[in-house]
Amino acid sequence: MSRTVRFALNGVATALDVADRTTLADALRDGARLTGTHLGCEHGVCGACTVIVDGLAVRACLMLAVQADGADVVTVEGLAPRDGGLGALQQAFHEHHALQCGFCTPGILTTMHALLTEEPEADEARIRDVLSGNLCRCTGYLPIIAAVMAARGAYRREGVE
Amino acid sequence: MSRSNAFVGSPMPRIEDARLLTGGARFVADLARHDLLHAVIVRSPLAHGRILAVDADAARAMDGVVALFTAADIGEVPLIPIRQHGVPEGEAYRQPVIAADRVRYVGEPVAIVVAREAAVAEDAAEAVVVDIDPLPVVADTAISARDETLVFAAPTNRVTTFRARAGGADAAFAAAPYTRRARFAVQRHTASPMETRGLLAEWDGESGHLTVHGATKVPFFNRDTLATMLGLGAGDVTLIEVDVGGGFGARGEFYPEDFLIPFAARRLGARVRWLEDRREHFSAMNHAREMTAEMEIACERDGRVIGIRGTVDVDLGAYVRTNGLTTPRNVAQFVTGPYLVPHIAIDVAVHVTNKTPTGTYRGPGRYEASFFCERLFDMAARDLGVDRAEFRMMNLIPEERLPYPLAHMDGLDASWQTELDNGAYGEVMARCLETFDWAAKSRLDGRLVDGRHHGIAVGAFVEGGAGGRGETARMTITADGMVEVAVGSTSLGQGLVTILTQIAADALSLPMDRIRLVHGSTNLVSQGGGSFHSRSTVMGGSAILLAAEALLQAIGEAAPHHEAAGKVRIEDGMVAVGDARLPLDAFAGLVVERQFFNKKLTYSYGAHAAHVSVDPRTGDVAVLDYVTVDDVGRVINPLTLHGQVVGALVQGLGSTFLEEIRYDEEGQLLTGSFADYLMPTATEVPPVRAISLGLRPCPNNPIGAKGAGEGGLIPVGGVIANAVAAALADFAVEPNTLPLTPPRLWHLIEAGRRAASDTTNADDPTNAEARP
Ligand code: FES
Ligand code: FES
Repeated sequence: MSRTVRFALNGVATALDVADRTTLADALRDGARLTGTHLGCEHGVCGACTVIVDGLAVRACLMLAVQADGADVVTVEGLAPRDGGLGALQQAFHEHHALQCGFCTPGILTTMHALLTEEPEADEARIRDVLSGNLCRCTGYLPIIAAVMAARGAYRREGVE
Repeated sequence: MSRSNAFVGSPMPRIEDARLLTGGARFVADLARHDLLHAVIVRSPLAHGRILAVDADAARAMDGVVALFTAADIGEVPLIPIRQHGVPEGEAYRQPVIAADRVRYVGEPVAIVVAREAAVAEDAAEAVVVDIDPLPVVADTAISARDETLVFAAPTNRVTTFRARAGGADAAFAAAPYTRRARFAVQRHTASPMETRGLLAEWDGESGHLTVHGATKVPFFNRDTLATMLGLGAGDVTLIEVDVGGGFGARGEFYPEDFLIPFAARRLGARVRWLEDRREHFSAMNHAREMTAEMEIACERDGRVIGIRGTVDVDLGAYVRTNGLTTPRNVAQFVTGPYLVPHIAIDVAVHVTNKTPTGTYRGPGRYEASFFCERLFDMAARDLGVDRAEFRMMNLIPEERLPYPLAHMDGLDASWQTELDNGAYGEVMARCLETFDWAAKSRLDGRLVDGRHHGIAVGAFVEGGAGGRGETARMTITADGMVEVAVGSTSLGQGLVTILTQIAADALSLPMDRIRLVHGSTNLVSQGGGSFHSRSTVMGGSAILLAAEALLQAIGEAAPHHEAAGKVRIEDGMVAVGDARLPLDAFAGLVVERQFFNKKLTYSYGAHAAHVSVDPRTGDVAVLDYVTVDDVGRVINPLTLHGQVVGALVQGLGSTFLEEIRYDEEGQLLTGSFADYLMPTATEVPPVRAISLGLRPCPNNPIGAKGAGEGGLIPVGGVIANAVAAALADFAVEPNTLPLTPPRLWHLIEAGRRAASDTTNADDPTNAEARP
């Protein structure tokens, strides 16, 4: 069985033909050719595939593409400003060396972006707690935590504007 | 302004980040191709048995299935070569690229299915019926050592025994005033990079050329191996390195799939891709570190160590893979690490079992050996009433004794022998103790505070680096006025591009954005080593220095009027010949290639200290403070180096507290997902202070750098276990088996309580308070 799903992908109206059993992750990677969403386990534990669906961080390996019909989907490709460069969180990751191989990074960026958008005041304990749903084998997490803490200011300002 | 650059030593943010942060990276799964076929490997469901038949008719008949290959289709099945630390007796235990008549572990490849869609290939793989006549399972080293069930046609399951010797241990132990023995065990675990493996192989029938994407670590060795197996010339095979999601020693070795996927592509004249899934990864990728040890230490009464001797039994798994013997060899040679131990006798027996083969994982053998040594030291220090920090200070190799040969590997040639190069071991440990505030924290040692017992520990390590043959760098001046620098080193996510660009920019006095660094793939340079044994910075960097020198000379020779002008320089991005300035692109097309050959290994070193608290009611351990200080000879990039140390340390905490691959007695893998195999997460990471110094430049290479990717991990097991032992001294807990899970510690605490109440100190107030 295959059908067409329509959703906003990084702000752009998108239609993809997918089989019923296609996960959102596969649809994004193979259908939309946005390969920033990575698959580290395909069983919902590592968080590498995390994307933002209607404001919530979800595991794209556990969600079917058809479930995204009508939704607003943001992937790592949608986090940078349209005119190029890096978003505040991405810039903080760069400055704090919060990534090594970068395989886990897209899922961590989306997870933390969703967190800071909702809770720009999140403290270190809260950041660690939410981050604990994502595995990173390279960094030991400390630089990621530092980067997220440093990026909070930008989200606060955005909230004020 | 003409000032010489100083990128080396500066915390340059990484060049590679932008792509990785925006979804622009290209990992092997991200490569787009038309007409791509998808491969799935059919794997053995049993740990040991004879293959009676592989019934693939149903699978072959499925819609969309293009081909299915078994050993019979391959003909003479190649064996995977031993890449490092091979011994002749290891040859009989090598792994065939596909099982022909016998399977020896759950997950061993039996067939390969190729289909037009990945899902079809998976369905077809499920439909293959492998009929196996089971054989008794050799589930551990004890069973293996009995040799009742032989895993190979060889007369024994014991592949070899490595023997490390110094002085005369037996006589020294007989005369020693103090000796103590202990048994240790380190659990099987695995590197677990976040990206699983993957390969994309393309056969171009017209040119007879094979291109394989997804290479990493040792592409040149793998290219040569693959070419030989397929009967092709090395020039007919190109291995391309794309982005890689971590390696840690395990990724990038030559595995069965490194033959099977290219084989299928060639046989079908097609493009074939294989992406490992995580469950498959747990049974297919190298495991690591499983061993037990019976060790003994001898000391003078004042704490000076006289000797260490013992036997180690390594559970190698089913085959000797490319680097399977490296860990056992390292355990034998590195037990004493940075310490001066005059008498050493370590025998490391290597046993095959019916489990996934093992290979190196970051700090191979060194993590395990350090655990044995540091535990013995703390037991001895306590028995002898010597402060544990002082015990180490008095036993570190003094600087004037360096270079210092490590224990001799008996019966093996000079290439197996090594010596520690240089260093101020005592100074670095003193710095660690001071940063940690050992003196103040000692007051907490063994104390019970708010229901938790506190303990501290310190340990030292050496980390070998820069192994393997030479490394190559090629420099080309391009028409856009850049210098393209190609190296044989490979990147596994450690920031190689940035580090090598810093070195090249300094060597050429150019800004970093005038350097374009490319690496890894076999078509870039004529020969290359790769990234293993913490070698890529030292080897690639040294080759770059040589190439830069050659490039400047070549520019000089090509410059007009150079005879009159003398030596050329690069200033402000221009070539300076006497008073004249020429743009770099005036020399476009100049190419030089240089190789750096390494004769000696580098040994960075350092010390770690930890403060833990343990809840005696649950066995829960909290790491409250962790300090590392190391000397890497020369710091190229403090930012990425700090990342290496912290990342390694947290992996070490995983090894020490969490990670364990478990099998049942039938050799069935019990840990096949991240839900069963626990790795550290953000909530478990303690506060870390990691200090890296460039105190003693390495004398054996022109940059003075030493390998630095593994030290953050090496002493973690020993240091943490010692801190836990110190915390639980009231219960006489000796945590000699890893990992230190809460149930394991709880049992040790309970056993300690029982022993204590059997004797007389039941009224000890600390015990009384801790009792629930
Ligand atoms: S790939 Fe989705 S959680 Fe790991
Ligand atoms: S940066 Fe490699 S897994 Fe996180």
